[in-house]
Amino acid sequence: MRFDAAVVVAAAHASGEVVPARAQMAGTLGFHIILACLGIALPSIVLLAEFIGLRRHDEIAMRLARRWSQAMGVLIAVGAVTGTVLSFEMGLLWPELMRQYGAVLGFPFGVEGLFFFLEAIFTAIYLYGWRRLPGWAHFWSGMPIALSGILGAMSVIAVNSWMNQPGGFTEQGGRITSVNVWQVYFNHAAIYEMPHMILAAYMVTGFTVAGVYAAGILRGRRDRYHHTGFALGFVPAAVLTPFQIFVGDTAARAIAHDQPVKFAAMEYVARTSRNVPEWLGGIYANGRIYAGLKIPSMDSLLAGFGPGTQVTGWDSVPAAGRPPVAWLIHLCFDGMVGLGFLLLAAGLWAAWEWWRRRRLPPHRLFWAAGTVSGLAAIVAMECGWVVTEVGRQPWVVYRLQTTAAAATTNGGVITSLSMVIAVYAMLGAATLLTLRMLARRWRRGDAREAAVPYGPPPVPQDQTAVRGGP
Amino acid sequence: MAAAAVAGILLASVTLYALLGGADFGGGLWDLLAGGDRRGRAPRAMIEESITPVWEANHVWLIFDLVIFWTAFPHAFAAVMTTAALPLWLAVAGIVLRGAGFAFRKEASRLPQQRAAGATFAFSSLLTPFFMGTVVGAIASGQIPANAGHASLPAWTSATSLLTGLLFVGTCSYIAAVYLVGEAAHRGDRSLQHYFTRRAQAAALVTGALSLATIAELHTSNPALFSHLTGRALPLVTIAGLCGLAVLGLLTASGPRGIRVPAALGVAAVIWGWGVAQYPELLPGTTMTLTSTGTPHATLVAIIWLSAAGALIVGPSYALLFALQGRQVLQAGDEGTDFPARPGSRGGRDRRTSRLPRIARDDLPQWRRPRKHTAD
Repeated sequence: MRFDAAVVVAAAHASGEVVPARAQMAGTLGFHIILACLGIALPSIVLLAEFIGLRRHDEIAMRLARRWSQAMGVLIAVGAVTGTVLSFEMGLLWPELMRQYGAVLGFPFGVEGLFFFLEAIFTAIYLYGWRRLPGWAHFWSGMPIALSGILGAMSVIAVNSWMNQPGGFTEQGGRITSVNVWQVYFNHAAIYEMPHMILAAYMVTGFTVAGVYAAGILRGRRDRYHHTGFALGFVPAAVLTPFQIFVGDTAARAIAHDQPVKFAAMEYVARTSRNVPEWLGGIYANGRIYAGLKIPSMDSLLAGFGPGTQVTGWDSVPAAGRPPVAWLIHLCFDGMVGLGFLLLAAGLWAAWEWWRRRRLPPHRLFWAAGTVSGLAAIVAMECGWVVTEVGRQPWVVYRLQTTAAAATTNGGVITSLSMVIAVYAMLGAATLLTLRMLARRWRRGDAREAAVPYGPPPVPQDQTAVRGGP
Repeated sequence: MAAAAVAGILLASVTLYALLGGADFGGGLWDLLAGGDRRGRAPRAMIEESITPVWEANHVWLIFDLVIFWTAFPHAFAAVMTTAALPLWLAVAGIVLRGAGFAFRKEASRLPQQRAAGATFAFSSLLTPFFMGTVVGAIASGQIPANAGHASLPAWTSATSLLTGLLFVGTCSYIAAVYLVGEAAHRGDRSLQHYFTRRAQAAALVTGALSLATIAELHTSNPALFSHLTGRALPLVTIAGLCGLAVLGLLTASGPRGIRVPAALGVAAVIWGWGVAQYPELLPGTTMTLTSTGTPHATLVAIIWLSAAGALIVGPSYALLFALQGRQVLQAGDEGTDFPARPGSRGGRDRRTSRLPRIARDDLPQWRRPRKHTAD
């Protein structure tokens, strides 16, 4: 069997660098993915604010759009460099992956490069065109950013989903002999991974933006400025949440079929059987599940719409072919799904209040939930990545190349890993510090602006509106 | 044939990265050498203004180069990435620190923070081109083995590699100084024009000397490449030399008019001279050539189509960006004080009344337990 042979070969090739290499890839990717989400979706939310500002002559929405685009400038710059690190890491950490499959997975990356160009060019025009480009022309200069963000994300996800469901090429004697680039791009897993990630990007961004203003509202800055800022982030994110849950459910069912061992780890299915129970939480150790809530036959029901559905367990492959740390995969999966439903609940709560009473929920609990919703969305998204990446192990290209075989044979990954940790810690701190500084300066700037001697007197209602907040 | 075409595309995008991204690195170098806060204020401001709107787009060329390299020539890519891992890691560190330092400096409001971010930006602008140069030097001098298993220090610390690293730094600073002369002339700033003219002249001389030294060094480190450089690639080498002399002449004699074209052409001629001299070898010193890459034909064709599509989409977008920048439509500024209320209204408040919001004021939430309203 090809599969067993590959595992044995991988064991022989294991270089000892695979653990730090994986840690470094996970750390840099986990850091970058937050910025990537903001890069994909923040332009759309800024454009939404600018659209409302232009259409309704809404000064507050316009002010938010300007401020957000300034923050976007910092975030996109940091995202651009952390993304570059990943491009280099593809070769520096995984040279054997690139040697073997570079010609196959390169095409989607190339497409992504084109959209990255468009994104960078129009981001520059949009960010620095605020003063001189006339209103609607400026608005339209932002549209290519939003579009290329989505299409670029599709291209990168095409690569990741190809690693989960490789196809579109023929391999003879260890060499790639032919490639169908469109089958590589639109591989079998792309259909569910692409929408899942793009929706995640919009949820992360929307809830994060909303969280900033919910925190302000909780602190007593209950003005229209903060409510507009909250709504512009919260509404799109909350509206997309049910779609995300639907897509995620479809994806999980597809994984049960496409990558049964990953699914088995996600759901603690040790043995292939029918009437498989669903475990909520719980730690798997020594063949037992501790402290989990068991729902009989639920997993079979979810996987195939009937309690009698047979679910493949991880006993279907030898131990070397199973992902390590099943409990991590399972808890991350449960964490992602649980947080998704909590975010859905927050959205439903707001929708209910709006439908019945035309207001946002007045309860402190709602605003506290709103404050942490951004963090919750980020954690859920990171959990999702842990599920898909750790769940694919020991493979880097599913059933074709093991991660150990792909890793660099160079020693000293531990050095680059430590450097990366130090630099990224500084980078993260500096990014947050810069955003805080911007917020503080805006608050001061407003105070100055409101005190311009010969300026038009601010309307009393707007006086509260323009003060304070990021 | 397809492989040669893709190699040409790769070389073309490397050239564009050198001419666009390289100038941004060079700007960082001049920023580093601009002196104290007071003395360096004017040149730093102009460097920053000319880099700010374009550096991210220019940086994408590097991503594109990497992607084409690993897609079209995955074996050579893996070999380079393994052998030259250390300088590449250092180049990456430079890229991260430079981009982040630049972005943070712009938003930092206090001088110490601006200084720290600015120094990071400027110093790392030196780091990246140097280490990238050492890697190219290692390739050109045949130090990258085909089946590389381990990183090698001697591969990129040979005289050729170190000279190439310095040549990269010199070229970046040269092209940046020339662009900045043009920019200062465009703005009618005589003193900055003079300031950067002197620096462009110095950079031209140093870079020219480094080019000759590198070629001379190749005579011992890679005689085949040397003979091709003085053989079939001689026209390009000559063009490079003539362009350098033309720039020097224009700078001293007639002023900055049309100076950017020969400068860019000269740098392009150096890069293409290397490409033509090395053709068809991919990694000199190995059996890897453009015809023996084993890359599937469909992949190469896809890259060609992708690049054609890119030229059609990215080209006009880039032209738009540069046109807007040239007309000084693109300006950085701080929201609140520097920005107009609406795009395009150049400052001042919007006179039109703000229509009532969807969320009326009465609908704003009232806490069940009223809380003391804290002022900011």
